[in-house]
Amino acid sequence: MPERAPAFVYVIYIAASAETVWNGLIDREVTKEYWGHHNRSDWRPGSRWEHVREDGSGKVDIIGRVLEIDPPRRLVTSWASPESEHDPEKVSRVVYELEPAGADTKLIVTHSELEAGSAMLAGISAGWPAVLSNLKSMLETGKVMTGLWSKA
Amino acid sequence: MDEVFRALADPARRALLDALFAAGGQTLGQLAATLPMTRQAVAKHLVILEAANLVSSHKRGREKLHYLNPVPIGEMVKRWVGKFEDARIEALTGLKDHAEAKEKKSA
Repeated sequence: MPERAPAFVYVIYIAASAETVWNGLIDREVTKEYWGHHNRSDWRPGSRWEHVREDGSGKVDIIGRVLEIDPPRRLVTSWASPESEHDPEKVSRVVYELEPAGADTKLIVTHSELEAGSAMLAGISAGWPAVLSNLKSMLETGKVMTGLWSKA
Repeated sequence: MDEVFRALADPARRALLDALFAAGGQTLGQLAATLPMTRQAVAKHLVILEAANLVSSHKRGREKLHYLNPVPIGEMVKRWVGKFEDARIEALTGLKDHAEAKEKKSA
């Protein structure tokens, strides 16, 4: 069976090294600064990862497994809401690829195997560009857009 | 950012972005079949859109699937609209704090 087409392929160029961008995806202290959540895992192949709210509630909004990890080039994770974790139909897949582009890093985020018409599909299609743009701002200037996460 | 504006200046390229917004993951052949453009014209416009990072792609076997990449447009919005958005959100947060403080007082 041919691989299904991804739902989204997002590309952003960040004026930082691949190591810095990589750290920006997995480090608890860095992710909490721009994502409204922090990412928690030991980042070993097969380990769990959790996307934990930064509002003090400790609520886990996204859960998955580390499917592939090759620092600082490629990270593949599964992605699901905690209540759908065991329903294969509702588990999607996110691939992060980092490529050097001169002094910058090209970050490609590919989200695939999303359930058609799902709330997850609607949420992530709007969410990723803001997250990536905020990551870029933070790594390049140390600033994030205040208020981005206070809408909720 | 100059490249983004140059890429967006052409109505044919905006039509291509509309087509990819409606359905991501299309091949060159699929785009050429539905748009009033030759395959060569679509190919040429896709090169310009990819260089401006407005179109991203994914290789699936021998096929190249094209996607709208909204990230550079989001950065433009953030540059000129961001601070007004911030002010609006802060105003709402201020209103919420004020309303909650008032309720506390009267309780």
